[in-house]
Amino acid sequence: MNPLTLLQRLGHAVLGLFAVTGRLSLFTARAVSHIFRPPYYPREFGHALMSIGWLSLPVVGLTAIFTGGALALQIYSGGARFNAEAVVPQIVAIGMVRELGPVLVGLMIAARVTSSIAAEIATMKVTEQIDALVTLSTNPMKYLVAPRVLAAFITVPLLVAVGDVIGIGGGYVVAVKNLGFNPAAYLQNTVDFLELRDVVSSLVKGAAFGVIAAIMGCYFGMQSGRGAQGVGSATKGSVEAAAILILAANFVLTGVFFSI
Amino acid sequence: MIRMEQVRKAFGDNEVLRGMDLDIPKGTSMVIIGGSGTGKSVALKCILGLIQPDSGKILVDGQDAASGDRDAFLARFGMLFQGGALFDSLPVWQNVAFRLLRGSLKRPQAEAREIAIDKLRRVGLKSKVADLFPAELSGGMQKRVGLARAIAAEPEIIFFDEPTTGLDPIMSGVINDLIREIVVEMGATAMTITHDMTSVRAIADNVAMLHDGVIKWTGPVAQMDNSGDPYLDQFIHGRAEGPIEAVR
Repeated sequence: MNPLTLLQRLGHAVLGLFAVTGRLSLFTARAVSHIFRPPYYPREFGHALMSIGWLSLPVVGLTAIFTGGALALQIYSGGARFNAEAVVPQIVAIGMVRELGPVLVGLMIAARVTSSIAAEIATMKVTEQIDALVTLSTNPMKYLVAPRVLAAFITVPLLVAVGDVIGIGGGYVVAVKNLGFNPAAYLQNTVDFLELRDVVSSLVKGAAFGVIAAIMGCYFGMQSGRGAQGVGSATKGSVEAAAILILAANFVLTGVFFSI
Repeated sequence: MIRMEQVRKAFGDNEVLRGMDLDIPKGTSMVIIGGSGTGKSVALKCILGLIQPDSGKILVDGQDAASGDRDAFLARFGMLFQGGALFDSLPVWQNVAFRLLRGSLKRPQAEAREIAIDKLRRVGLKSKVADLFPAELSGGMQKRVGLARAIAAEPEIIFFDEPTTGLDPIMSGVINDLIREIVVEMGATAMTITHDMTSVRAIADNVAMLHDGVIKWTGPVAQMDNSGDPYLDQFIHGRAEGPIEAVR
């Protein structure tokens, strides 16, 4: 390929990336600013709390319990290679609270909530419901985006907390029932080993991932193209973007909290 | 009441409006006709501010539509969308009373519901429809609910975007009659975009023919058949031969 063409394509890609970053940043700033400015839509907010928070509990709980159980088995068998089977409670706790709890809940929320928000808003756009909102003197950013972003900011850390507890519970059940750990000693080790910083980092990650998940769903929904293909592309793009950004944010936040 | 002066709008290389001029006097019903993709919907959305024109002026009562209090401006309008654009997540009465449940026109819920049921009756729907969801309604019923929503806050100006598209001829006739009755009854200024000639004759006081991004002909509906304009003649008689290129 001609080096000039290659350079041109690279330039296009870089400019495109900057353009998307700029649009996304502006969208996020507008969404956040609408959270603080009236009018408010409590009914929409309540609905978002239910659908993002309450209705995500089963999937979060099941993900956490199986992950916690598997983690206990892995640590036990891995630790056995250097006579460190006893560290199961500590590693399950630290693994779930610092890393697996927030990341898995974030990814589950991206799969369940981001896709649902993107598909709903994209369908509303395709069927002119967004235009209808505007003609009815209702700002779609306030009515559709702000309540969802705020609800995700509040509920996802709570889901992460629930996921952490259930994940540790999964590890506990496997350790006590299958691996012969003493129940009281297991719990004591878990509580003793965890630090406040671990829990705070977990909740902060949850809040950040919640905002990312909601913003991606709303942004891709609002930018949707026409027809079923537009809705499909918006939904797919939103989940991909949310998942990647959640993993990237996890890396950055882990560095912020635990860099030595 | 509504005036468009040299309004231009392009999407990329596609120049949809190329200097559109239009005047709709207060209390009259203007119907804009033209083939698919000629920019009828774009013109309507430009007036409402849903699309920003590239250049030109849009005046409502002499005031620039792009400036001033946006909420107050939009509160003067009601709009019936082509597909109804009803909110799936809300029951029918909340769709109709949407504007009355929030914002500057907010009323107590019971009063808003009563108004919604009254408007539903006005468009020929029974009160039991009020608690259904849009997905449970037929296409004709959705159009009626959309019409009820458009008139719920008693707007001065009502826009109808392809009001009979997708309906059978009898239901189209019912919707046309309803639109005409309601516009006359409310004394509203109406703008309808359609390519259904039955609708044009039932709804219009005045007609404007949009082609190639400009108004080719405008005048009273009574003069439409004797306009002598070749574009209008071809369109209203549905001829494949004429100045408007028909893609086969």
